[in-house]
Amino acid sequence: MRASRQSILLFLTPALGGMLLFVFMPIAAALLISFTDFDIYSLGYFERTRVIGLDNYVRVFNDPVFWTAVLNTLYFVGVGAPLTIVVGLFAALALNVPALRFKRLFRMAFFLPVVTTLIAVAVVWRYLYHPRYGLINYALISLGIEPVDWLGDPQWAMPALILLAIWKNFGYSMLIFMAGLQAIPPSLYEAARIDGAGWWQQQWYVTIPQLAPTTLFVTVITLIGYFQFFAEPYVMTQGGPLNSTLSVVLYLYQQGFRWWQMGYASAIAFVLFMMFAAISIVQMLIRQRQYGQLI
Amino acid sequence: MKQLKLKSLLLHVVVAIAACMTIAPFVWMVSASLTPAGESSVFPPRLLPSETTFEHYHHLFVRLNVGRYFLNSLILAVSVTMISLLVNSMAGFAFAKFAFRGKRHIFAVLVASMIVPGQVTMLPVFLLLNKMGVLNSYLGVILPAMASVFGIFLVRQYLVSVPDSMIEAARIDGAGDFLIYRTIILPLALPVLLTLGLFTFMGTWNDFLWPLIVMTREEMHTLPVALAGLLGEHAQDAELMMAGSVVTIVPVLIVFLALQKYYLQGITVGALKE
Repeated sequence: MRASRQSILLFLTPALGGMLLFVFMPIAAALLISFTDFDIYSLGYFERTRVIGLDNYVRVFNDPVFWTAVLNTLYFVGVGAPLTIVVGLFAALALNVPALRFKRLFRMAFFLPVVTTLIAVAVVWRYLYHPRYGLINYALISLGIEPVDWLGDPQWAMPALILLAIWKNFGYSMLIFMAGLQAIPPSLYEAARIDGAGWWQQQWYVTIPQLAPTTLFVTVITLIGYFQFFAEPYVMTQGGPLNSTLSVVLYLYQQGFRWWQMGYASAIAFVLFMMFAAISIVQMLIRQRQYGQLI
Repeated sequence: MKQLKLKSLLLHVVVAIAACMTIAPFVWMVSASLTPAGESSVFPPRLLPSETTFEHYHHLFVRLNVGRYFLNSLILAVSVTMISLLVNSMAGFAFAKFAFRGKRHIFAVLVASMIVPGQVTMLPVFLLLNKMGVLNSYLGVILPAMASVFGIFLVRQYLVSVPDSMIEAARIDGAGDFLIYRTIILPLALPVLLTLGLFTFMGTWNDFLWPLIVMTREEMHTLPVALAGLLGEHAQDAELMMAGSVVTIVPVLIVFLALQKYYLQGITVGALKE
């Protein structure tokens, strides 16, 4: 409907102004900064900043620590995301069984980690992983398994952070899957039952294909969240031991805000952006192939 | 029939064990925070304190200034929520109901910008806030959080279905657009505003990276930033750290439990829209 110019300006200026100032201009600025040697001296004397073309990007691609961070992030995402989604799916399927009682209570228990402060639970888990007094090693010892130096062993530090991430996040995928399950017509299950399909077969032939759009959504959200992996290594391992848990965002933070190499950090940020763009393009292609539509 | 009962019992047992394992870290956190100093660093670990003590909470608030961090977190979460609700609901209303040139394009550009991760804009925004002189002030967190595409989008989707005739009728009665927004649109949009407000409150309370960057002076720290800082000096004091975690988690948990209906509605909106 029609509206006066003043109204439109009044209603849109705060939001669009905020977006312009804190999103769109900074994106452009980050791109420009990534072509300069902006560092701690530039903070005081901006004139000192020089344009160095693609040097930062060349440096990124030749930086072994950056590649370690990329591989660590891919490890975290590649193992953590599928496990989180699968655990969430199983939780949703279990809570969807009609005979199950106390559903709300169970759903609440599984969802609780999602809403709690990541930093606080990371602190808690740091103590759960304590090599001598931690509950997790106590459980292992009770089961007759050798205890593990979870956060101190380069081999085990990443699995430890992945386990924490699964615990923290599976409730989210569970909830989305539960909503998706509600939308599957019961007649499909009846038809499958008439054809003699057992519970597992019903899940495999009805639930999984029917949940495909939900799964795509959960996957993209989880991937994007996991690529930004930062707080867990920040408080639990500081990226160690031996850089085994250094993530791309943690490295970006260190370069940008500890060493004030802002030109270099901006180049890292754009490489991260490329990874996100790749995920989104893949998502769009899948959607287009399956549903013949874009977005 | 008997087999069915057995299966159902088995399912209950499995789900119950999984639920207990999920909440076990919280139970241990609370229990350890009430344990006398040093008692949770023993083998085998003690699940329940030998005696309950509130000394760690006392220590946190009296000696470690946690009251101040708590207040910072609360002020930020409340003000970001209020301000962003106002800004985003106004824009959402305009995008839902006003006709103006380039509307669809502007909206498409906004939505497209969601793909750019916050880490890209982090450095320039920091430099901008530095120039504005608002680092180490509440504005340093509030200003960049004012407008969000997610918020505009949510409100717009909700208001698109409001009939134009309702607004036209109010205009004929002589009401200006802001009065219409305040007296008709806001009450109508209350459910979606509660959802959005809850998301914003919890998101701001739980946020770590941005306040870590902007709030470098200790008295401006939020609870998560202070907690990460405490870990540096007090890593040995497990019980104290657990008390700090409880103080950080409990408020957000209370808010969630009180308003979970709106939270759960909101979280599935995006998925079902697909």
